[in-house]
Amino acid sequence: MRSIALAAAATVLLASAHAGAAEGDPVRGEKLYDRCVGCHSNDRDRTGPRHAGLIGRRAGSVAGFPYSDAMKRSGIVWDAATLDRFLANPRALVPGTRMGFAGVPDPQDRADLIAHLERATRQ
Amino acid sequence: MSQARMIVASRRLFLSNGGTALLSGAAGALLAGSEALARSAPKGDVAGDVSILNTALGLEYEAIAAYSAGAPLLKDKVLKVAKTFQDHHKEHAELLEKTVKKLGGTPVKGKSMAEYNFPVDKLKKAEDVLKFAARLERGAASAYLGAVPVFTLPELKTAAARLVADESMHWVVLQNALGEDLPDALAIS
Ligand code: HEC
Repeated sequence: MRSIALAAAATVLLASAHAGAAEGDPVRGEKLYDRCVGCHSNDRDRTGPRHAGLIGRRAGSVAGFPYSDAMKRSGIVWDAATLDRFLANPRALVPGTRMGFAGVPDPQDRADLIAHLERATRQ
Repeated sequence: MSQARMIVASRRLFLSNGGTALLSGAAGALLAGSEALARSAPKGDVAGDVSILNTALGLEYEAIAAYSAGAPLLKDKVLKVAKTFQDHHKEHAELLEKTVKKLGGTPVKGKSMAEYNFPVDKLKKAEDVLKFAARLERGAASAYLGAVPVFTLPELKTAAARLVADESMHWVVLQNALGEDLPDALAIS
């Protein structure tokens, strides 16, 4: 009985964690984007590619940016789900990526960042 | 000391600072680490580490160019601080370049000012330049922090941590010059 209740509670928790991931806070995400501005800008290629137009774009497809082969061949299309996996651990999702960055371990941080990216990178 | 007094005290520090002697010492140690690396045929994902070093090198070249782009709007002591920080970045770049070579890689090259395409139209006064530089420095600190866990060679993890220290020092001094509050604990993430 107890374990059923626990399982139910866990399911609710998981579900709400998932809902949380879907509903990031773009204002908080904009602050968290400070972690990315060493290498990225929205509107110009730098050490990393520009982020403008990111959502819906094929990974490794900004013309003229020197991506790794790994990124170009990844077959990823960027959306909330793929960004969440990439940002959790870039080198796990795209082994050989030149984005030498550990990632964003906290799911809520990722959700907020993605909410910011969804808003800020729209063209 | 109250926060306000600390700000005044450290602003005085900002205005009178100039030397790079300490960094040269740190730089020597960083290089010594990579020499030891080269001698001992390092175990680890050397190609991966070289790729991260090259990403960092690109970031350093950009920082050097950014200070050049902003310099015409700065003067006196603020200009001197900007030049000092630019020198730090030059020293970082030199060391990263040497380390890439020692590990058998090909260092990336810097780009032309036109290729960096800095938002110069938005940099109209000294304050704009300091804000722009502070943001880049803060970003660089995070970038190096993010490199610590992914470097496989321990010497490079240590080197990345020292670079976090330099970049966050730059960030805070620039923030302070802008009259911003002191950062919270654990501000770099
Ligand atoms: C150390 C520099 C660096 C940092 C810091 C960094 N990136 Fe990157 N990023 C890169 C590089 C370099 C690439 C290209 C990777 C490749 O080609 O393998 C990249 C690629 C990407 C891509 C794929 C883009 C495309 O066009 O396919 C996304 C998305 C991305 N980064 C998001 C982020 C976010 C969000 C952050 C902050 C949490 C961040 N990055 C921090 C350097 C960085």
